[in-house]
Amino acid sequence: MTLEVLLFIIFATICAVSAVLMITRPNPVISALFLVLNFCSLAGLYLTLNAQFIAVAQVIVYAGAIMVFFLFVIMLLNPEKEKKFFEHRTSLRIFIVAIVALVLLQVLYIIFLSNPSEKISTDVARSIQTGTVENIGREMFTNYVLPFEAAGYLLLAAAIGALILAKRKFE
Amino acid sequence: MFSVGIIGVLTRRNAVVVFMCIELMLNSANLTLITFSSFLGDVGGQLFVFFVMAVAAAEAAVGLAIIIAIYRNRLTVNIDEINILKW
Repeated sequence: MTLEVLLFIIFATICAVSAVLMITRPNPVISALFLVLNFCSLAGLYLTLNAQFIAVAQVIVYAGAIMVFFLFVIMLLNPEKEKKFFEHRTSLRIFIVAIVALVLLQVLYIIFLSNPSEKISTDVARSIQTGTVENIGREMFTNYVLPFEAAGYLLLAAAIGALILAKRKFE
Repeated sequence: MFSVGIIGVLTRRNAVVVFMCIELMLNSANLTLITFSSFLGDVGGQLFVFFVMAVAAAEAAVGLAIIIAIYRNRLTVNIDEINILKW
């Protein structure tokens, strides 16, 4: 077993366990912290997949900015007692479990019964080359300039919209 | 991870936690994109993940602003009690 496979297994386990813990903790602060752990292990997974730039962006943008924002809002709002969802609602429980099982089955079906494409390369050198900042930057400012600018405008509009929504006292 | 996110969205009653579960689902989609981009040697997937991150940041900002506005009005973040879109 190579080091890469070992790292992948470790990170994937942390990822799955922290995701499950996140949705089962009743306290929103604790579940936010588990989400941070999930994002960090996801960044590790990106590193084992040779996506260095995205891994760094994941830690900075998600685990840094977005989760600080979430924690800030959680602490701004009063933590209130959350009622147990699954009490006396058996039919709803069966319905939810059926939906989730269906989605999971579909994903597994696609993964296991599809033929692996012949395009899949095991060329590690090329794969490492793909994820560098240089390569991503070149591609982003040549072929993907329009989406990049659109993303900039989207962020600007979202910032203004969030300010207006949070400031206004309606009714 | 995507399935865990769906369970979270459907079962949790706190709007902020529901938002975090949506982030979780976005991230599981990102992981698939990165994986395929890595194995196909194509940089497009990683760029797409970058744009998904930008959209997720915008979505989180607007969503949390909405939650704060609702909390100010109704003094609750329980999504069972928020029914202002119903009539």
